[in-house]
Amino acid sequence: MVDEGLKIELGKQGVFVTTIEELYNWGRRSSIWPMQFGLACCAIEMIATTMARYDLARFGAEVFRPSPRQADLMIISGTVTKKMAPQVVRLYNQMAEPKYVIAMGACAISGGPFKQGYNVLKGIDRYIPVDVHIPGCPPRPEALIQAFMTLQKKIDGQHLTGDGRPRFLDAEAQGEFPVPVEGEHDLEPASNKGVWPVPVVIR
Amino acid sequence: MATSPYLSLAVLFVAALGFGLTPLALAWLWAKVYSPAKPNAVKNSIYECGLESKGDAWMQFHSAYYIYAIIFLVFDVESVFLLPFAVAFTGLNAAACVAMLAFVLMLVEGLAWAWAKGVLTWA
Repeated sequence: MVDEGLKIELGKQGVFVTTIEELYNWGRRSSIWPMQFGLACCAIEMIATTMARYDLARFGAEVFRPSPRQADLMIISGTVTKKMAPQVVRLYNQMAEPKYVIAMGACAISGGPFKQGYNVLKGIDRYIPVDVHIPGCPPRPEALIQAFMTLQKKIDGQHLTGDGRPRFLDAEAQGEFPVPVEGEHDLEPASNKGVWPVPVVIR
Repeated sequence: MATSPYLSLAVLFVAALGFGLTPLALAWLWAKVYSPAKPNAVKNSIYECGLESKGDAWMQFHSAYYIYAIIFLVFDVESVFLLPFAVAFTGLNAAACVAMLAFVLMLVEGLAWAWAKGVLTWA
């Protein structure tokens, strides 16, 4: 590893020092292609974010892909109903690694104002691992851009080797996220134990 | 040393191959070393719209659609044959003209059938 101070000093002299890891992470964080996929009203804010005023292209993320095979990022933009949840999880499974998830808005995080509804999933993080949560109802485009920057910072800090390496570099890590099926009263299973530890309710 | 005039071409060909194959090889090596493949049934499924595909793509169409097949032959396939026929018309012998006539008459029969069926009347 190059000393950070030395690197800055060399940079002033016009010498650029880098590592494979840094180059790789720079490439990954500068081309996060989201999936073209909107669930509810938050999707309108997501569309606004990609347009000229907010210009998501500055982050290299304006290329919304209509196929999960070509997408790196899933933006859960809105209420996930229990009818829709299996489709969302199946699409997440079909995305190629490395893949990231942004849960956009109160509904995607927890069910939001519809939390008491019989047909609303109380947070998509019950089934798939979420990288960035953004609160709001709906979050403004600035909030989504903030989420992008947070995700980029997260990617920048990842190491290619070692114990803390991300899931897609780890042969032992979970690769498949079980798709829930509609049961008699609820989705079965009600959550993916691997990504969401069921909280113990103390009454 | 006698050099073939094609030597430079061969060198360029190898360079062009290398230019295309090296990034592919590097990407393959990178994947081999760093990112293990974790395929599963859901990930490998063909349909990618979130739903599970149902049934077979190789289904039979109902014979009631025959009229569309006739119309397609008359107005689409026939025009493909008519244009070269018209271009080469003056140079054709009698046998070719008769063959073409038989083809056109057969399709005219289809047109007459469709007309009698009322397919050509709109609204």
